[in-house]
Amino acid sequence: MSSEGITSGEYIKHHLQNMTYGNHPEGGWMFAQTAEQAKEMGFWAFHVDSLGWSFGLAIMFFFLFRSVAKTATTGVPQGFQNFVEMIIDFVNDSVRGSFSGKNDIVAPLALTVFAWVFLMNLMDLIPVDWLPMAAQWIGATFFGADPHHVFFKVVPSTDPNVTFGMALGVFWLMLYYSIKIKGIGGFFGELAFQPFGKAGMPVNLVLELVSLISKPISLALRLFGNMYAGETIFILIAIMYSAGLATGVFGSVLQLGWAIFHILIITLQAFIFMTLTIVYLDMAHQEH
Amino acid sequence: MNINATLIGQSIAFFVFVWFVMKYVWPPLIAALDERKKTIADGLAAAERGQHEQELAEKAAAEHIKEAKDQASDIVTQAQKRASEIVEEAKDSAKEEAGRVKTAAEAEIEQEINRAKEALRQQVAGIAMAGAAKVLNREVDESAHSAIVDDMITQI
Repeated sequence: MSSEGITSGEYIKHHLQNMTYGNHPEGGWMFAQTAEQAKEMGFWAFHVDSLGWSFGLAIMFFFLFRSVAKTATTGVPQGFQNFVEMIIDFVNDSVRGSFSGKNDIVAPLALTVFAWVFLMNLMDLIPVDWLPMAAQWIGATFFGADPHHVFFKVVPSTDPNVTFGMALGVFWLMLYYSIKIKGIGGFFGELAFQPFGKAGMPVNLVLELVSLISKPISLALRLFGNMYAGETIFILIAIMYSAGLATGVFGSVLQLGWAIFHILIITLQAFIFMTLTIVYLDMAHQEH
Repeated sequence: MNINATLIGQSIAFFVFVWFVMKYVWPPLIAALDERKKTIADGLAAAERGQHEQELAEKAAAEHIKEAKDQASDIVTQAQKRASEIVEEAKDSAKEEAGRVKTAAEAEIEQEINRAKEALRQQVAGIAMAGAAKVLNREVDESAHSAIVDDMITQI
């Protein structure tokens, strides 16, 4: 538990608040000092922490894999190349298993989604207070900010903006390839003439549009929900550390158990996101 | 928890990273993987071919050995046959030679005997004539009695 004199409720709220930089109606472009201010900024605000970690992890992933790709030998793979090739092989198998069309973007897309989501989820395993406290210290020391008003949420995939951002990316690709492969008419026909034939067009449209739009939403919400719940449980466990020695010891055992269990969730969610991305794109490529 | 422009930032980053990965990460890695796969497959195929060839070679070698053995035993049999033939021939020629020598010897003996007989007969005839001349002394007509004397000689 970070600092003295705040209640558990405040602690949790503080942990679930993003560091927001945006256009405040009164203060102009600024970092939000409170959750209310962040809300008042409306749409034109950025979660600096989410974006920072998300970009940072993606860049790290990119350069790690790029370094292997540059030196990849066809001989006996060594060390890190082994690991990278294992992932590539795994992703490639998944794509071949689920994607029947022929499109060079799908496999790299699946790899990006898998590795990125996995890394973002992995941030969940870092004890919940470490990075926010470091951010508070840095904010207070170098920028003269009130540590209580420095918010820092480390796990990007617990930010719905991030998960929706990725899901929307997948959604645009789905729309793009649906129209590219089937043509506007074909795509519209798919939405309008099924499942009840031409006579039931309005009903078809409603049904198919719902099912179409539910794809990115479910994709984003599934990841967000799982990670958010996991994060919240970590925060709740962290509260136990301030409630006496016995509770603290019990809490650390709980944290260890939950972290081990969470490794499974992290990988599973990354895998599900990747698989669904592949499947959705496969659907976009299939003509009925 | 607010939905805000982070969404747009993340979407843009998403496309940028997908594009980067598609351009710089995926192709070289998958090419390396595919090439290694091919190398391994080729190696396995070559190994299998080698094994097959070895089997064939072993079979051929066994055949060669069998042939050689057959030939060797043929040669041995022939040699044995030839040897016994030679022995047989030698025996025959020896027998023949022996026969010939024997006949020659017999013929010679016969001749000797005949000659001896002849000589003996002449001597006997002379002795007989001398005896008869002594006995009869004068009136023996050689020509009249030679028939009788000859007859006597053949009887000896």
